Amino acid sequence: MEFLTVLLDTLMNQGLAGIGAGLAAIGAGIGVGRIGGTALESMARQPEATGDLRANMIVAAALVEGVALFAVIVCLLVAL
Amino acid sequence: MQLTSNSIVRSVAKITVFTIAMLWSTLTVLASGGESHDEEEGFKPGEMIMHHISDGHQIHIIGRIYIPLPVILIHEGHVDIFSSSNFWDGFDSHGELKFKPYTASSGTTYENHHEIIHVVGGHDHGHGEIVNASKPVAYASIDSASVIAAPMDSLMVMSAPVVEEAHVEHIKPLDFSITKNVAGMFIALLLMVIIFRSIANAYKRRPGQAPTGLQNAIEPFILFIKDEVAVPSIGKKKAHKYVPFLLTVFFFIWISNLLGLIPFIGGFNVTGTLSITVVLAAFVFIITTVSGNKHYWGHILWPPGVPLPIKFILVPIEFVSIFQKPIVLMVRLTANITAGHIIILAFVSLVLLFGQSSAVAGYGVGVGAVLFMVFMFFIELLVAFLQAYVFTLLAALYFGDANVEHHHDDEHH
Repeated sequence: MEFLTVLLDTLMNQGLAGIGAGLAAIGAGIGVGRIGGTALESMARQPEATGDLRANMIVAAALVEGVALFAVIVCLLVAL
Repeated sequence: MQLTSNSIVRSVAKITVFTIAMLWSTLTVLASGGESHDEEEGFKPGEMIMHHISDGHQIHIIGRIYIPLPVILIHEGHVDIFSSSNFWDGFDSHGELKFKPYTASSGTTYENHHEIIHVVGGHDHGHGEIVNASKPVAYASIDSASVIAAPMDSLMVMSAPVVEEAHVEHIKPLDFSITKNVAGMFIALLLMVIIFRSIANAYKRRPGQAPTGLQNAIEPFILFIKDEVAVPSIGKKKAHKYVPFLLTVFFFIWISNLLGLIPFIGGFNVTGTLSITVVLAAFVFIITTVSGNKHYWGHILWPPGVPLPIKFILVPIEFVSIFQKPIVLMVRLTANITAGHIIILAFVSLVLLFGQSSAVAGYGVGVGAVLFMVFMFFIELLVAFLQAYVFTLLAALYFGDANVEHHHDDEHH
């Protein structure tokens, strides 16, 4: 009984936190992947705009990662 | 494909590298097969990571070398200042520092419990926090990954009812100590004062000449923030009022981020603590609110160019976003920096976890872990600059929103 309680407690806390962090990683991956993809596409269309595009791509990636890291922080707070 | 000597050499090289990689990984996996599950002496990655990210009253350099920091407490009207080394009580079996209570010259007894200082002798603490300190640790080891590998009986022991010492009300004095984060901020402050005083003096001493040395190195960044961040966001006329703040916040965040990446000086995590980023975000919030003109508030409370029913939905959203923007600034900076530190520390704990079972496994994993760690450090260097830049850029954008001009209304939505 104790073992089950501890297992369930761990599952609910750390287990769900792990799943949450994984979902956040999926979100970050999709978001940043899309940013990189469209940026590369635009660079292929217009190579002379590469510098501009690169800078803006990095800024947009930082902002999207920020949102994903919200979820990571929340999962960290749940797990620890 | 011709059989040239070059291609033969390359093929042999590839085969050699592949063989070495397979041998190394096999050796590592085999060596870790003989794991001994003794939870008492086990290495707990969760604790180690939290210890490195959190604040503390001493700076842990390496091994058993600690630098004590002044502890400044205000309790019942009197101020107690003493060195945090008074709390030190030798080392436990892991090599971790142990703490004991200390009676200050004013007569109050303090104890350092997980880096939060409590007054001893206030409320009923008959559970005996010092003795039970091992109990929370045993409970906390459930947090680490070792619970999956732990044998059944040790789990039964751990699941026995633990004395809940967290329900005891501890009296906490006002803690104005110079903790590790405060020391880190002082270091960043000192660096900034030294660098920028010398640059300002260089401009005074050699007016109109080409910049040299440190002046030459920092000037591009100053001009970048002024010309590419402040002026496009705020407009030429008002940018000069906000440029000092933007420059300060940019360099403070950048230097503090870099400080957290330097190994062996104690592992600072200044910008990775919510308490510090909340102050930075609060400054941005205060400056935005104070400098908000009529049009700024008008846009929030009565958005122009929007049909009436949507206005009722939009106004609460806009009102919430006044507070949400600084909060997002705060969490973004903290999360990025802390996440980077945690990843690097996770690679370190990977080596230590494997090294616990056998030295060969430790070395084997160590090769890959160190390579990944160096790679992560490079990414963290980029993130250090990037997060400072994003914070400054967004702050400039919010200031620009607050100073929005009238003619923007004509071309709205």
